Amino acid sequence: MSGLLVLIPIALLLGLGALATFLWALRSGQYEDLKGAGERILQDDPQDHARR
Amino acid sequence: MTAELAAHGLDAADFAAPVEAQEAADTLLALSVAAADGCRSLEFAVPDAYCAACITTIEDALTPLPQVRSARVNLTSRRVRVTFRSGQGSVLDLPRAIRASGYRTHVLDPAADGSRDPALAELIRAMAVAGFAAANIMLFSVSVWAGADAPTRNLFHWVSALIALPAIAYAGRPFFRSAAAALRAGRTNMDVPIAIGVTLATGLSLYETITSGEHAYFDASTMLLFFLLVGRTLDHLTQRRARSALSDLARLLPRRATLVDPDGSLRQVAIDEIVAGSRLLVRPGERVPVDCRITEGEGTIDTALVNGESTPSRVGPGTQLAAGTINLSSSLRVEAVRPATESFLARMTELMHAAEHTRTRYRRIADRASALYAPAVHLTAFVTFLGWMLLGAGWHTALTNAVAVLIITCPCALGLAVPMVQATAAGRLFRNGIMMRDGAALERAAAVTDVVFDKTGTLTRGAPALDEQPLDPAVLRIAASLAAHSTHALARGLAAAAYGVVPLDGPVVEYAGQGVEAVIASGTWRLGSRAFCGLPAEDAGSAGSRVYLARDGHLVAEFTLRDGLRDDASSAIRRLEEDRLRVAILSGDAPAAVAAVATELNVADFAARQSPADKLGRLAAIDGAGRKAMMVGDGINDAPALRGAYASMAPSSASDIGRGAADFVFTNERLESVPFTIELAHRAHRLVLENFGIAIAYNAIALPLAVTGQVTPFIAAIAMSGSSFLVVANAMRLNLGRDLVARRAASRVDGASR
Repeated sequence: MSGLLVLIPIALLLGLGALATFLWALRSGQYEDLKGAGERILQDDPQDHARR
Repeated sequence: MTAELAAHGLDAADFAAPVEAQEAADTLLALSVAAADGCRSLEFAVPDAYCAACITTIEDALTPLPQVRSARVNLTSRRVRVTFRSGQGSVLDLPRAIRASGYRTHVLDPAADGSRDPALAELIRAMAVAGFAAANIMLFSVSVWAGADAPTRNLFHWVSALIALPAIAYAGRPFFRSAAAALRAGRTNMDVPIAIGVTLATGLSLYETITSGEHAYFDASTMLLFFLLVGRTLDHLTQRRARSALSDLARLLPRRATLVDPDGSLRQVAIDEIVAGSRLLVRPGERVPVDCRITEGEGTIDTALVNGESTPSRVGPGTQLAAGTINLSSSLRVEAVRPATESFLARMTELMHAAEHTRTRYRRIADRASALYAPAVHLTAFVTFLGWMLLGAGWHTALTNAVAVLIITCPCALGLAVPMVQATAAGRLFRNGIMMRDGAALERAAAVTDVVFDKTGTLTRGAPALDEQPLDPAVLRIAASLAAHSTHALARGLAAAAYGVVPLDGPVVEYAGQGVEAVIASGTWRLGSRAFCGLPAEDAGSAGSRVYLARDGHLVAEFTLRDGLRDDASSAIRRLEEDRLRVAILSGDAPAAVAAVATELNVADFAARQSPADKLGRLAAIDGAGRKAMMVGDGINDAPALRGAYASMAPSSASDIGRGAADFVFTNERLESVPFTIELAHRAHRLVLENFGIAIAYNAIALPLAVTGQVTPFIAAIAMSGSSFLVVANAMRLNLGRDLVARRAASRVDGASR
């Protein structure tokens, strides 16, 4: 029983954390360009660009 | 696939008029929105961007400009957002830089933009909250069902209540609001039983929790909200995708015109400032801004979008011009006949509004079902309550069982099944190059019995293409290379006819309305009208459909271009007839031209010289006979018919107003989109009915259990998620079957992205 008193808040806090992260990601535009984000990985970094 | 959309959707209309002229610097500034640090930002559509290299090219073209603070390409929406300091440099450099990097672009009007959508954001947030609550409460519920002893169960119920109450208050708002609005208006909708069910279940569970009762339904009410929000969000996404794709297609209409002052000086004015009698100048390539009469100048006018006439017509002093036609050849001085608000376009808009009633009369399947469903559910719950009371079970048991009935019958299938099928259908159509406006359009398309086609731009390509004729490939190549330097419709048709163009090693000059001249090693080449190539004027009959090629003043070749049928026109019509649909052709064009097309396609039912009102009358006659017509058309003159028909479809090359009026817009250039859409609509309709069947079967099993008080929260949870999964899986079957193979008309793309 006492174990539960610790575990339940932890479980809930972790869940809340996930929810907050999702809402933050939504608000900060992480889902605006899913396709572009995938393609941008293929780009050179700006400094690589300059060195060539 | 969206590249194709854009490639075909934009070029036909956009490149007919010089794009630079439409984008006066003040128009751009007016469309920009204020950003941080006194900067302003603009959004441009870049329909051809599809890869990592495109991102780099466009961003690298913009970033070095002194006025640009940041430029970021969004590959999903195919747009680039540019933040710039308005004081420095010209704002016109922005679109120029994008075009110079090889991409077509046009600025987007933030006011007309469908992509910023607060309602969708609210739905997604509500869905996230409901999902979080449902998952966590389910963890506690599983332990309760596994047989937790009373103190633990009480604790878990309290924790569940703590999560559920705020979550329901937040995530349930879309339903509560809509239900309240419906009740205030004295109607019921789907949201009324949802709101009542959720509220009662939560209230009862709270009472159970406080009195240390055995059963709490917090899991059921949050899960219900979650499933319903998934359905609602899907529904919204379907509509939004079509809306933003269509707003990308929307081209900026001419907002300004060139006014000739009495002293002969020229001045740019807003279209609203034009009054009857204003004297205007219409330059070659420009759209005629208002209905007017020519006072000076002769030339040719492209009226295809207005009356469906396929060949450009010759005009001279005294000819009346309708707003929206395109001046192809020389500068015209005109006198406005009416102000813009009374123009041809405005009259068409009025006709469209008048024709609207078929749409407003239509009620969506889910709404019709819920009109039957809601009273039945409430009656059953009430009877359950009364029955248990009469049996003397006490109000607590009676209420518990009544609430169980409400939860079990809560219209999950209605809330999830219909949008799920429609979202799947929209996705399937989208992949095949067809935009669907909303779910209601799909439901209407399933009931269609007649298909009425417009001719020009619908059955035909709407753009002239080279007639089959024996030609020296080398001559054709050089003609196409010259033609690639012009935006004239005939030139684009010619450029598309050759397999690739060659760079010309010399200066190339386009003379507006006349032709293109190139001075290269092999001589001075001219491509254009007879007069431009130094030939004597000929009969006026073939105006606009022939192009001549001359070297050093000597005729080398002449090309005949014709607005031919789409490649799959006859197979599309055969397929429609196989599906037992009646096919008819209504056109504004001349009888001979319409008859020729009808004979070639083997369609017996056709009519020529149809005015917009004639077309509407014909649709009304079909409607009066108890049949449902789908109109397929593209022109401004088709817009009232597109809106008045039971369902409608337009190619992406259609006029703005035509696209705006249609339920479906196909961007794949294939007429087989029409049978494909109708067949998919039929299958979607069958799946919706099947899903209703699943929901009814599920209720037939679960409802007696609920009425007799056998339903525990555990059974409710299993039944609810089980039926939802069945319904979703059933909807997914819509993805089976053969796709339309979207053929890439590559030649049209290279003509544009030079």
